[in-house]
Amino acid sequence: MSSADSTSPRPRLLGRATVNTVVGVFVLYTLLPVLWLVLAAAKDRDALFGSDLLSFGDFSFLTNLRDLFTMDDGQYGRWYANSLLYAVLGAAVGSLVSVACGYAFDKYRFRHKEKLFGLVLAAVMVPQTVLALPLYLMASQAGLVNTFWAVFVPVLFNPFGVYLGRIFSQGYVPDEVLEAARIDGAGELAMYARVSLRMLGPGLVTVFLFQLTAIWNNFFLPMVMLSDQDLYPVGLGLYTWNSSASVSPEYYPVVIMGSLLAVLPLVLAFALLQRFWRSGLTAGAVK
Amino acid sequence: MTATTQRPVTAPAPPPAASAPRARRTARRRRLTACGVLMTPFFALLATVFLVPVGTAVYLSFYSDDQPGLGFGPEQTVFVGLRSYAAVLTDPTFLGGLGTVALYCLVYIPLMVAGALALALLLDSGVVRLRAWAQLGLFLPHAVPGIIAALIWLYLYTPGISPVVDLFARADITIDFLGLHTVLPSLVNIALWSNLGYNTVVFYAALQAVPREVIEAAVVDGAGPVRTALQVKTPLVRASIVMVAMFTLIWSLQLFTEPMLLSQSSPMINSRFSPSMYIYDAAFTRNNYSLAAAASVVLLVCTIALSYGVTRLTSRTDSAAREAR
Repeated sequence: MSSADSTSPRPRLLGRATVNTVVGVFVLYTLLPVLWLVLAAAKDRDALFGSDLLSFGDFSFLTNLRDLFTMDDGQYGRWYANSLLYAVLGAAVGSLVSVACGYAFDKYRFRHKEKLFGLVLAAVMVPQTVLALPLYLMASQAGLVNTFWAVFVPVLFNPFGVYLGRIFSQGYVPDEVLEAARIDGAGELAMYARVSLRMLGPGLVTVFLFQLTAIWNNFFLPMVMLSDQDLYPVGLGLYTWNSSASVSPEYYPVVIMGSLLAVLPLVLAFALLQRFWRSGLTAGAVK
Repeated sequence: MTATTQRPVTAPAPPPAASAPRARRTARRRRLTACGVLMTPFFALLATVFLVPVGTAVYLSFYSDDQPGLGFGPEQTVFVGLRSYAAVLTDPTFLGGLGTVALYCLVYIPLMVAGALALALLLDSGVVRLRAWAQLGLFLPHAVPGIIAALIWLYLYTPGISPVVDLFARADITIDFLGLHTVLPSLVNIALWSNLGYNTVVFYAALQAVPREVIEAAVVDGAGPVRTALQVKTPLVRASIVMVAMFTLIWSLQLFTEPMLLSQSSPMINSRFSPSMYIYDAAFTRNNYSLAAAASVVLLVCTIALSYGVTRLTSRTDSAAREAR
């Protein structure tokens, strides 16, 4: 009598409300800090410490924006351009390199192939921080420490991209199409460029997005390699500004505004390329 | 594309018998050349930014720059065997860092995997409204770089700026998010916030691929929604669970960015708080390369052993489950 029969409407309704509340609470948990960032970016320094977040009497979004780009001779603009260069160029080159290698792993047969692929997978597991010191010493021997290349070259390496490239190649490029192209007399590389790469397009975009995010997130490597502030990416720049903020609090509003702007490129990239990365999310788990 | 797929796949008439092997050999050579060209850029990178650095780290850990003759002689690189390893493994600050990360992993990884899976199962149960919007909201922190996430939360932990601390204060609760016992949970919170939504979307995508007939069969057999979720759907997305657990583990063991930023404001985080911070401190503050290299190799071995353990553990439960059936 009292047992909750799953077909009776009341417990299901209750269950539905609970489920929606739980999910709603988690969505608030993920959204509110970002909302705080947006609101705080519109505050001047006094209002920031005055803690009344929703009063807009002191709306100073544009002042903060102007301060951000004039602080320390416009360092922030340079950092932003650096980050875009490292991330967009690095992800473009890196994803092409990885996907080409993954495609070759899928479509060609040679001795010890699976052992070589195992080496690639092992590289996925190795922490970045383990490689930083030797990379620094190698770069310093080559005279590349504190240059663009010291950060740019290591971030091109993306073994997980090779793994994804192999899976996408299995899924998107049918062997029959390649056989047909070969019968037509197409050279192997021309065939890759004209036929396969086009079919790999969505996979390539997925790998590009993964790598874009990783490079935009990269903090340890630039911290080790760079001492010239003009070469800093955004994250490292904001880190140094934040360390000065405890002494000179005029940095607080610009760090907050700078953080807000630093979030925008990835939000844009994910929004614009939505239909691509969704397919890539599960690809990693397919075996 | 349609033109190529509609082409019949049968081979053309075989060429004269004598030239066939040679033609096949040239075709094979051509393919191997192409394969080499496609793979070379990646493997050149692999050698320069992975193999050589790992080798260098191992080499450095066995050698040390010593100055003989009371430090007046020329600097020499001498073989010191396992001395650096002994120094690292008896250094209480390094062991403390390992312990901190172990505790961090023990708290964070189960929370992350269970939380993301639970949220994905709720989304997949079909009763959640505005599912696409909920997913987008949960996913948003993934677009926030780690250092920015740490900055946002640092400010949300800082009294005077934070509306959270302020709310607690109004209820007469003083809470120090960066105190001795709260700093680790505060770090776990930053990591959860950054990655929970992303992993939820991964699990949700995997759940969407579960064949609907399997679930319908479970419902016909009288399984309620909770039982269906835990005993039917969850085992079917195990590959995703293992992958998420493994990547979370590798990521957690490198703990660096967040404590590095919080250390600017909290005395509870010293410069050797985690193994990665220890490596940075040894290499670039103390300039002790062999010590830093030995610590790097120890961290590397721990990472590989633990990741291997995760895959082994899951394959064992895999076979156990198969035997039970």
